[in-house]
Amino acid sequence: MEAKGRAFKFGDNVDTDVIIPARYLNSSDPAELAGHCMEDIDKEFVNKVQKGDLIVADKNFGCGSSREHAPIAIKAAGVSCVIAETFARIFYRNAINIGLPIIECAEAAGGIEDGDEVEVDFDSGMIYNRSKGTEFKGQAFPEFMQKIIQAGGLVNYINSTEPAK
Amino acid sequence: MGMTMTQKILAAHAGLDVVQAGQLIQADLDLVLGNDITSPVAIKEMDKMKVDGVFDKDKIALVPDHFVPNKDIKSAEHCKCVREFAYKNEITNYFEVGEMGIEHALLPEKGLTVAGDVIIGADSHTCTYGALGAFSTGVGSTDMAAGMATGKAWFKVPGAIRFNLVGELGEWVSGKDVILHIIGRIGVDGALYKSMEFTGEGIKNLSMDDRFTIANMAIEAGGKNGIFPVDELAISYMKEHSKREFKIYEADEDAQYDEEYTIDLSTLRPTIAFPHLPENTKTIDEITEEIKIDQVVIGSCTNGRIDDLRIAAKVLNGRHVQKGMRCIVIPATQAVYMQAMEEGLLKTFIEAGAVVSTPSCGPCLGGYMGILAAGERCVSTTNRNFVGRMGHVDSEIYLASPAVAAASAVTGKISCPCEL
Repeated sequence: MEAKGRAFKFGDNVDTDVIIPARYLNSSDPAELAGHCMEDIDKEFVNKVQKGDLIVADKNFGCGSSREHAPIAIKAAGVSCVIAETFARIFYRNAINIGLPIIECAEAAGGIEDGDEVEVDFDSGMIYNRSKGTEFKGQAFPEFMQKIIQAGGLVNYINSTEPAK
Repeated sequence: MGMTMTQKILAAHAGLDVVQAGQLIQADLDLVLGNDITSPVAIKEMDKMKVDGVFDKDKIALVPDHFVPNKDIKSAEHCKCVREFAYKNEITNYFEVGEMGIEHALLPEKGLTVAGDVIIGADSHTCTYGALGAFSTGVGSTDMAAGMATGKAWFKVPGAIRFNLVGELGEWVSGKDVILHIIGRIGVDGALYKSMEFTGEGIKNLSMDDRFTIANMAIEAGGKNGIFPVDELAISYMKEHSKREFKIYEADEDAQYDEEYTIDLSTLRPTIAFPHLPENTKTIDEITEEIKIDQVVIGSCTNGRIDDLRIAAKVLNGRHVQKGMRCIVIPATQAVYMQAMEEGLLKTFIEAGAVVSTPSCGPCLGGYMGILAAGERCVSTTNRNFVGRMGHVDSEIYLASPAVAAASAVTGKISCPCEL
């Protein structure tokens, strides 16, 4: 598995309120949420982002509320992977549970700029900045996590692996 | 090697004698919580799962509180989804408008959370119940769905930071100032993935409502949970509110802590978090400029309990909200509302020119009931001051205690009640 696309770069403490403002939480439709993804930090994000693009950020990405709508909005916007120096813990859990690939890698977070072409190999955990010709070693995705992501989330994964009650 | 209080609770619920930080465990759950924002997503996920129903209809709490009474058609549809699920699965603890309250104030009051519990809730402020000596933590909707279906959740056992509290709070200083001070000191990711373990002789000087406020905001330092030892005050609270048996866990003397802080409560001052992070704190004495405000909100799962309303009323009694200011008071539960009415606090608020709302999360997350326009500033007793949290992206939120919020409503600028 791999991700390949252009990087959208953000700083520290990108919170779930700017990822998907609560004024849109009266909906749980992924496509509708995607239409407002990152709206309060970058109004043009949804117009610029293309399928496969990546989000790269510094410390504590996804801090704040437990709303699963945040990773859902990012995934539905077409983002293939989020790389950050660190993630807030509820966001980290939610992202895996809904099948959004995320990688903690401080070096990559520091070595990728907005607009850089980036590739990620989930098997090896390698992150390549094609624009700068640099590479970073992130943590490889354990097999079960890759399966969750391939299945499209924890629930689908559980359904595909465990016999029905 | 000894275990922290959190680790002991987790070990017991995983059927293990010992756990250590970093270990992955599966724990039995005593309660699974959801609200009107997060439950519909969980219900949709649960529908996809090959299960017959919920694991235990008595161990699930569904509390529509964010956008109720329904603020618009879409919110009404969400609440309808939760209501239908609750009836279909015969959920004992579903709280309709009229009996609901803000979830984290409501559940302890209803006796659903007690010492020794393991609780997950699809709301980040689920960490509140640590005030009673429970392990409780916020999760997302998928984890809530799995929890409702199986009664279990996986956890990575957290390491811990110990906060040794000594001394006694001064006048106009409260639990809110304690937790804002801590977040200001360690940062919004200072306790990332860790438990925040509060200890020390100073705890006996903190009211239950102060402890709820402190545990509530553990997540604002990135913490997995916040937890207090169980003392006489916590026991009497649980005996008054709950019929459930509780279990007291104590940290081992040789428990490992990654970091330790000692905080002398007597040295703390009213503390305010400036936009746009809870870590941007200043004490009232450090604010030299005049910060004019447009709105005050007193309420939320952080500060909408009876102690909070009492102190706000004490400040507002015989005074009036500054002309041009809006002051919105939101009792956190129906019981708090009733108590405030019986004590005459609501009269004080209304006479002072404040409005009093039915329990709701409303403005805290920019839902409704007090949204800010561009350029407006609000002093709020809530828990987050992120960009756009309460409305327009160009509005500003200053987090403070009920005492400071009420004083600021009177003067129209950030103020200490001691200055009135």
